[in-house]
Amino acid sequence: MALSQKTKETLLGPLNANNPVVVQVLGICSALAVTVQLKPALVMGIAVTIIVAMSNVIVSLIRNSIPMRIRIIIQLVVVAALVTLVSEILKAFAYDVAMQLSVYLGLIITNCILMGRLEAFAMTNKPWDSFLDGLGNGLGYAWILVAVAFVRELFGAGTLLGFRIIPESWYVANGGFYENCGMMMMPAMALILVGCIIWAHRSINKEEK
Amino acid sequence: MAQKKFVCSVCGYVHYGDAAPAVCPQCMQSGVFVEEKKKGIDTNSNTYTFVYATVVVIIVAVLLALTNQALKPKQEANVKLDQQKQMLVALNQELGADPAAQYEALVRDTIDRENAKPGLFRFEVDGQTKYVLRLHGAGLWGGIGGYLALNEDKNTIFGINFNHESETPGLGALIVEQPFRSQFFGKHIRNAQGEIVSVAVLKAGTMAEGQEQVDALSGATITSTGVSDMLKANLAEYSEFLNVLIGNPAPAEEEIVESDNKED
Repeated sequence: MALSQKTKETLLGPLNANNPVVVQVLGICSALAVTVQLKPALVMGIAVTIIVAMSNVIVSLIRNSIPMRIRIIIQLVVVAALVTLVSEILKAFAYDVAMQLSVYLGLIITNCILMGRLEAFAMTNKPWDSFLDGLGNGLGYAWILVAVAFVRELFGAGTLLGFRIIPESWYVANGGFYENCGMMMMPAMALILVGCIIWAHRSINKEEK
Repeated sequence: MAQKKFVCSVCGYVHYGDAAPAVCPQCMQSGVFVEEKKKGIDTNSNTYTFVYATVVVIIVAVLLALTNQALKPKQEANVKLDQQKQMLVALNQELGADPAAQYEALVRDTIDRENAKPGLFRFEVDGQTKYVLRLHGAGLWGGIGGYLALNEDKNTIFGINFNHESETPGLGALIVEQPFRSQFFGKHIRNAQGEIVSVAVLKAGTMAEGQEQVDALSGATITSTGVSDMLKANLAEYSEFLNVLIGNPAPAEEEIVESDNKED
């Protein structure tokens, strides 16, 4: 690939060594809300990736003209405008998706990863780098979400993406031996799972400290 | 003015003069002043900040307003189609390739309610008259709604469909699924005296007084209660209509039966 070392790190770093969720512990709030099932987690991950990348590019383009004193407000306006725009377009051209996303779309505005990347990266870097950074961070957020949702849906409901994985005949109700873990449906379980991922991640990446 | 502008790199204190002070008077650190050279416009001046904020807000406002205006007809068509689809689902119809045509083929009448929101529809399904009422209420996180289809007797539930804005996926959001909905089929919204009493959504094991009931969703108590309250409140709103055509059986004087229609 024709990517330089620095570009590569901008894009791939957030997936592992500099992951926004497990290393910087940002965006935890939505990780609790949308990970009961795999589908909303996937959609939320994709939506956040797109929005972070786009807002990073826009803020990076106007970074030299932004008055320092109101930079946070300007960043927020950019993000809010983008999210509203995307939601309007979805309502017109992909109504079903818009209905599924309803609240999550609004939640993106308050996602800490967005403000974090805008303030820490886009304000001081060129548009192309910022785009890659946004993409990387969005994907880094998405895979954690998907991992948590995978476990929660599988053990909480016995399904994945709505398809049944654990056969009906295994359940106690049908004379089997198995029962869904009700804990998985509770938001607290998402925190515990994220905690486990952070634990595993830190022990694997110990030498990098 | 020939004065130079120096800004403290630690606390941001600004000093105007010919030379930078040795010690910053605000944060008491020495040698921290950086001269700020004027290049083009000063992006930190008040005027610039105000103008910038105003321009950004106007651009964003115009952009959003234009998008909204341009996409509105399409969005409204989507909303309408979605409502028609939901009504078809409430009427237990398989959704075909063209739900709008399907809807047109079945609908007979739309009755406007006083508050201008058409909430009542008359359909003809397989030669039988069905009434569809629009429902709206509150769930746990946001609004819930739906459509209730009644048989011609305005008592037996033919079908029902729910929608919600933001109930918890996997818990409260299960109200839209077939297992929950199908519990309502064939239930009666009136008691033996013909009064409208709605259908209660209750935890398994609890018995409703004088009305029929369905099982609540486990782990979604507030959403289930919301559905129960919504049905009750909305049916009360529609009671005038529901009682007009068949006439409310006079408050039962002739037979005072302890409501014995608990079927399950």
